[in-house]
Amino acid sequence: MKVRVVVTLKPGVLDPQGKAVHKALGGLGFAGVEDVRTGKLVELDVADDTSDTAIDEMCRRLLANTVIENYRVERL
Amino acid sequence: MKTAVIVFPGSNCDRDLAVALEAVTGKAPAMVWHGESQLPDGLGLIALPGGFSYGDYLRCGAIAARSPIVRAVVEAAERGTPVFGVCNGFQVLTETGLLPGALMRNEALDFVCRDVALTVENAQSAFTSRYEAGETIRIPVAHHDGNYNADSETLDRLEGEGRVAFRYAETVNGSARNIAGVLNAAGNVLGMMPHPERRIEAAHGGDDGRRLFEGLLETVGA
Repeated sequence: MKVRVVVTLKPGVLDPQGKAVHKALGGLGFAGVEDVRTGKLVELDVADDTSDTAIDEMCRRLLANTVIENYRVERL
Repeated sequence: MKTAVIVFPGSNCDRDLAVALEAVTGKAPAMVWHGESQLPDGLGLIALPGGFSYGDYLRCGAIAARSPIVRAVVEAAERGTPVFGVCNGFQVLTETGLLPGALMRNEALDFVCRDVALTVENAQSAFTSRYEAGETIRIPVAHHDGNYNADSETLDRLEGEGRVAFRYAETVNGSARNIAGVLNAAGNVLGMMPHPERRIEAAHGGDDGRRLFEGLLETVGA
């Protein structure tokens, strides 16, 4: 079973990379982009009986740093 | 004082730390590989070096913080052994949770590599007793991810408890409240982005970093 973990910076945490991308989009002439936030996508291939709790623990203990990041789990 | 330097794949300041520790303590530190699960007995200091452990994969310090030897480092820290993390070592310590906050990409996105002025904020810790509170010292930095971040409640607590050890006296990387180094609540764990081990003798352009190791030696005892 494939599981997708999306890791994003918490609202309010400065994202210098997002800011740089935002600026570059402006430089390419794209108007109307209000803001850009970057993040990470981690795809896991896990056993079908892997519990939500186990996946959540993987996120909390390694995949995301919950001091600065939020995560979202999508089962595919 | 017996010391140990933890060596991860991708560490590149481990030798600098070893040279500094030997110069100050008179004894070469034990170099402990990340795959080990036990530390030597009777350590007066465990040092985590700068570098790019595990290629900075996932997040700086994230993989190193979950390595077998770091579990032993966390246990030793909880028993009161002094632990010192420089640069990537600081990132590892925040990833373990021994120190609060996180180190993010520098605000201006640049790799900063130069001498910077630091203000000594707390001169009473085991690591900083040879400095004067409010003193300005010069120590080199070399990092891409040194932008210290924590919520304002945590920052207030750190300041209130005297746990900000060093602050940048100039703009360096966008760190919250210009924080360059923090202590844990018990005062036996220090993490900092600047490299005191690169400033221990006149040939380095000064010895402002040497007093950190000397102070620790004095506190812990020979």
